[in-house]
Amino acid sequence: MTHPSDTGPTPVLALKDVSKSFGAVRALRDVSLELFPGEVHALAGENGAGKSTLIKTLAGVHRPDAGQVLLDGEPVAFHGPGDARDAGIAVIYQEPTLFPDLSIAENIFMGRQPRRALGRIDHKATRAATSALMRRLGVDLDPDRPASGLSIADQQIVEIAKALSFDARVLIMDEPTAALTGSEVARLFGVVRTLREQGAAVLFISHRLEEIFEICGRVTTLRDGAWIASEPVAGMTEDDLVRRMVGRDLDELYPKQDVEPGEVALSVRRLTREGVFTDVSFEVRRGEIVGLAGLVGAGRTEVARAVFGIDRWDAGEVLVDGKCLVNGAPSMAMAAGLALVPEDRRAQGLVMDMSIERNIGLTGLRTTVRAGLMDRGAERSRSLDWAVRLQVKYARIADAVSTLSGGNQQKVVLAKWLATGPRVLIVDEPTRGIDVGTKAEVHRLLSQLAADGVAVLMISSDLPEILGMADRVLVMHEGRLTAEIPRSDATEETVMAAATGRAAA
Amino acid sequence: MPESLTRAVRWDTVVGALLVVVLLLSFSFVDGFGNALNLSFLLGNTLPIALIALPMTLLVVSGEIDLSVASTAGLSGAVMGKLWNEGMTIETIIPVCLLLGVVCGLVNGLLVTRLGLPSLAVTIGTLAAYRGIAQIVLGSDAVTDFPTQYLDFAAGRVGDSFLPQAFLPFLVLLAIAAVVLHATPFGRSLFAIGASEEAARFAGIRVKRSKLLLFVATGFMASLTGVFWALHYASARYDNATGLELSVVAAVLLGGIDFDGGKGTIGGAVAGVFLLGALQNVMSLEDVSAQSQIVVTGVLLVLSVLGPRVAGQIAVVRAQSSG
Repeated sequence: MTHPSDTGPTPVLALKDVSKSFGAVRALRDVSLELFPGEVHALAGENGAGKSTLIKTLAGVHRPDAGQVLLDGEPVAFHGPGDARDAGIAVIYQEPTLFPDLSIAENIFMGRQPRRALGRIDHKATRAATSALMRRLGVDLDPDRPASGLSIADQQIVEIAKALSFDARVLIMDEPTAALTGSEVARLFGVVRTLREQGAAVLFISHRLEEIFEICGRVTTLRDGAWIASEPVAGMTEDDLVRRMVGRDLDELYPKQDVEPGEVALSVRRLTREGVFTDVSFEVRRGEIVGLAGLVGAGRTEVARAVFGIDRWDAGEVLVDGKCLVNGAPSMAMAAGLALVPEDRRAQGLVMDMSIERNIGLTGLRTTVRAGLMDRGAERSRSLDWAVRLQVKYARIADAVSTLSGGNQQKVVLAKWLATGPRVLIVDEPTRGIDVGTKAEVHRLLSQLAADGVAVLMISSDLPEILGMADRVLVMHEGRLTAEIPRSDATEETVMAAATGRAAA
Repeated sequence: MPESLTRAVRWDTVVGALLVVVLLLSFSFVDGFGNALNLSFLLGNTLPIALIALPMTLLVVSGEIDLSVASTAGLSGAVMGKLWNEGMTIETIIPVCLLLGVVCGLVNGLLVTRLGLPSLAVTIGTLAAYRGIAQIVLGSDAVTDFPTQYLDFAAGRVGDSFLPQAFLPFLVLLAIAAVVLHATPFGRSLFAIGASEEAARFAGIRVKRSKLLLFVATGFMASLTGVFWALHYASARYDNATGLELSVVAAVLLGGIDFDGGKGTIGGAVAGVFLLGALQNVMSLEDVSAQSQIVVTGVLLVLSVLGPRVAGQIAVVRAQSSG
């Protein structure tokens, strides 16, 4: 563990004893951090540890209440994101914000395109400058391509190129890999290594610990707003890092209980949605956790949406406890005992402006009713009961869910659905973007639900999660089910082989 | 209470307080405002806005809008006049007109929910279409000879008081709207739909059916208003209630119903309606021309969209500077 020292090279950007509070919440307490040129530095911590506040302080969005931001060793005061950008600090967010109808080149040079006579935009120079940036990053993207067709991975690269065009010396990458596939992550890391060799300082945030070990030289850990450690990654184990983050030894991350499977609860037969997925058949028994693996875009989420009734299917049938579901009717699926925890909790799982109480209450509009009117007492006690059971951390049950951290928001989505007493629970990426402590809690919960006789279908892009939690693994590739692998035979290799279409079932 | 809700509640209170202030000032300083006859005019003239504002509030909370309401009212008035001229009894005509309103609402609702068109565009279209049909039906005639007991009800007052007789049925409808929006599962689901249609769908809420129902209810109330209008003013013409949609939307937004959906209360909407009604009445007493009154309504409309946002921004800035 090394403390920021007075000797050695000057960090390009540093925080010194920075504190920041929002009302009664102390988001950062005496936090220090040094970023040196040519290093990739990880920022680790659970949700709510203060990572976002730290990033926003470096990016000029927040001003520290106490302490200093040092640029090349000199104290600076950023009065807004523009100041930080001019100082060479760029933030790459998880979900890039490009103008979809503009080309890559136009996006990069938005508002500051090279000009020709009479103020006309010099498209040729814009393209050339963009190509040069892409060469510097070692990637091959056509400057004329519109941003709308780009994958999230490519969009991030455009954002990085944009940052470089502002002569950024410090790149802050906030969970850049959360929505990327394996090969996309590899390419992004290639770009990051190139940047490192060119002398940039990179601050890297990820919930995937293995990525920190792969790409980062040092790691700074925050816990509850306090600085815990800054140390070299070499020589640490994942357990060491988790211990720093959560402050204790984590119970097993995959606490899977062995359960004897019961009768079939969910039966999907030859389900087809034209152009999306074809001839998908599988069963989930009571007490089972069935993993649904595959690459992003393989059709897993689409199958779940169709089963629950969000989208209509063109052929096939879905049975819950032996009874056919109505095509395209989520309310009927709910009544039959089906629950879906969707992939995008902010857009699909929650009404962000609504209170925790009412979000959980949304699935109880048929049950917490007396004489046709809302029974507010029943609604509140139902919501409180489930919020407490799932250990949601909140100030007041009437607070908007948008005030909660990502992990706690996910718990509210789970609470909302568990409150319906489902017989079949489909969870789509149940732990994406949530911290390792909450992740273990969610896993324990899923395991307990299965033990209580719920049939669980778990879609996940997190292979260790699939391997750690599933009794059986179904794999999809390009809209078809390509493999069914029992727990004993499931390895990263067998699952990935099926997911990439290299092996037939 | 969530931040968004407290903001809406605060805006309600602001409009309610503003209404009280405007009433007090008008009683004190505007000649003729406080006498019973004028107050009954005020309420009678405001009733059409108030009647349509009830379903409109629910519709805007769910994230949609209906601009064809005044044309639906005009159309049902025109059909009422035409059928009366044809010799049909008023007891048959009124249900027919109300059914017509249901059909008008159904057309709007189906275009929005089945074809996925934006309600703003759809109902601007039907605004023109329904009014056009009204003109085809009745031409430039004015039908005035409706049965006196109906005319008396629509224009009469309760005893010697200033309360129009038609105000009592309105209070019943107001209570129904308030209960539906604020105390039923259906009302609760409207807030979810307005705030996030996708999340509502994922919670098993039947979004399309709910919206269709609201368009139908709005069409029904618009035609009821059209019938009331023709009787109250003893005149069925194709251009009855022209421009009323502007007043309704202005009043609803003034009452703190968020144009983007998901926020608002019936109480706020009613306060907005009567604030607008009182202002229009005072302007008439002060001989402000009808054209200028429309300007004032338009300005209020802009301010009412702006107001809650500015208030929200101020709250955010305060939270940041105190944080």
